[in-house]
Amino acid sequence: MTLQLTQVSVTHAHGVQALRGIDLRIGAGEQVAVIGPSGAGKSSLLNLLATALRPGSGEVQLLGEPAWQLSARQRQRLRARIGLIHQSPPLPPRQRVVTAVLAGKLGQWGFGKSLLNLLHPLDIPGATAALARLDLGDKLFVQCQQLSGGQLQRVGIARVLYQAPEVLLADEPVSAMDPVLAEHTLSVLCRHAREHNVTLVASLHAVELALAHFSRVIGLRDGQILFDLPTEAVDRPLLDTLYANEQLQPSPTPPTTLSVQIPRC
Amino acid sequence: MLTRDTRDPATRPRLLLSLLALVLLWPGIRFSELDLGVLLASDSQSEMGRFVAAFWPPAHGDEFVELLWQTTLQTLAIATAGMALALLLAVPASLLASRALSLSAASRAGHPGYWGQLLRWPVRGLLIFLRSVPEIVWALLFVRAVGLGPTAGVLAIAITYSGMLGKVYAEIYESVDQRPAHALLQSGSSRLAAFCYGILPNVAAELLSYTVYRWECAIRASVVMGFVGAGGLGQQMDLSLRMFAGGEVASLLLTFLALVLLADQLSRLLRWRLA
Repeated sequence: MTLQLTQVSVTHAHGVQALRGIDLRIGAGEQVAVIGPSGAGKSSLLNLLATALRPGSGEVQLLGEPAWQLSARQRQRLRARIGLIHQSPPLPPRQRVVTAVLAGKLGQWGFGKSLLNLLHPLDIPGATAALARLDLGDKLFVQCQQLSGGQLQRVGIARVLYQAPEVLLADEPVSAMDPVLAEHTLSVLCRHAREHNVTLVASLHAVELALAHFSRVIGLRDGQILFDLPTEAVDRPLLDTLYANEQLQPSPTPPTTLSVQIPRC
Repeated sequence: MLTRDTRDPATRPRLLLSLLALVLLWPGIRFSELDLGVLLASDSQSEMGRFVAAFWPPAHGDEFVELLWQTTLQTLAIATAGMALALLLAVPASLLASRALSLSAASRAGHPGYWGQLLRWPVRGLLIFLRSVPEIVWALLFVRAVGLGPTAGVLAIAITYSGMLGKVYAEIYESVDQRPAHALLQSGSSRLAAFCYGILPNVAAELLSYTVYRWECAIRASVVMGFVGAGGLGQQMDLSLRMFAGGEVASLLLTFLALVLLADQLSRLLRWRLA
């Protein structure tokens, strides 16, 4: 098992329980989509798998290692083998795209090489190749602040592609893109995962994208797994239960009072 | 359901804080014995007038200008050397004292672990100690140790300013968006690399501006320390004041003005280049 969660619970600092007793096994090379209403714990689950979040209880096994029983140094080595694509990519506004992409390999480079790369990009072809797959090859020397939200997301993806991790986690990777671009970007991610036998877990708010690109779908609701099925077995009633929202009522239309004001001179 | 939260919960703390500030201000004025009326009294006014009248015209004899040039260079050298030494200590200390490099914060939603907090305290204490003693006191100490001259000024600036720079650098690191650095730490990078790639791009302009401003302060400080014999423009100023040479004092003051103007322009140029 590449990723294995046993009875994992996560409580955020302000007391909200984001995940409750999650059991999950994902094998090497699997491609899994995580769907669910907002606030269901999708981001928490992905952050947990990326060791960006420490569970309150339960056990997290990543690539065969108990992530939170390792020493800090060992955990950093483990983290270098896992890549997380953030929903809003945390990139310094004034960093150039080439530096932002090459930063993906910081976990594998020594400090000297990292510092040298900051002064002069050491692997321009590598960064270009990663960006070209996402149709951003021409933005190599542009500052991140000059890009749109969708372009930034693709820079974030290019960074993780350049990192070349064994486990690829993606938290709403295409949320800021138009449908065509989202489709294309997801297929790039899935193809990359297939070609390099990378385990891919992505959370998506667009159900049709999840069903079209992934072979296994996990439905998350209120911090618990509602269903975990092969894509063919996911049907309409199941999705309706997943997204059912009792609290949202159709807002009452305010009574329109017609008042005519005649300005007095 | 909506009616419960119509009042802004921040209103009361804000009001209380404003009141507290006012209450604290009044004893401040009392204890500092601030009395602006003294300025208007006629005898102190004529005294000040006589003093200022002697300033015109500024001294501009060849010999004095030559001397002025030499002491200005010495002042600049004291400030620059002092700052360079201060940076040697301030940069590592700020990295140690700042929560921005906390590895545990990256997986605890930005809250560093308790052990890290505990270990940062001695460094903070050192920085507090370094800057709590004013540079003039260090200068008096070093004048006794190494004798009259610029060396005392350089050492005094190095010590006090390393404390100030270290503290403010550490706070600047913490004041910017921490997510880029945390993301890098989460993908396995080392702390220093995460700092260079995640935080430095965001803080560079601020650091530069503060450093140049501190350099400007160091110029002024070196002038003050000149009065206790640490060389530079201050020592010359002390001599001129003792000899009641108002013209020379005026020239020296104009030189200060030029130096501060220079530092300001330099800061602006560097910030513009970096933007």
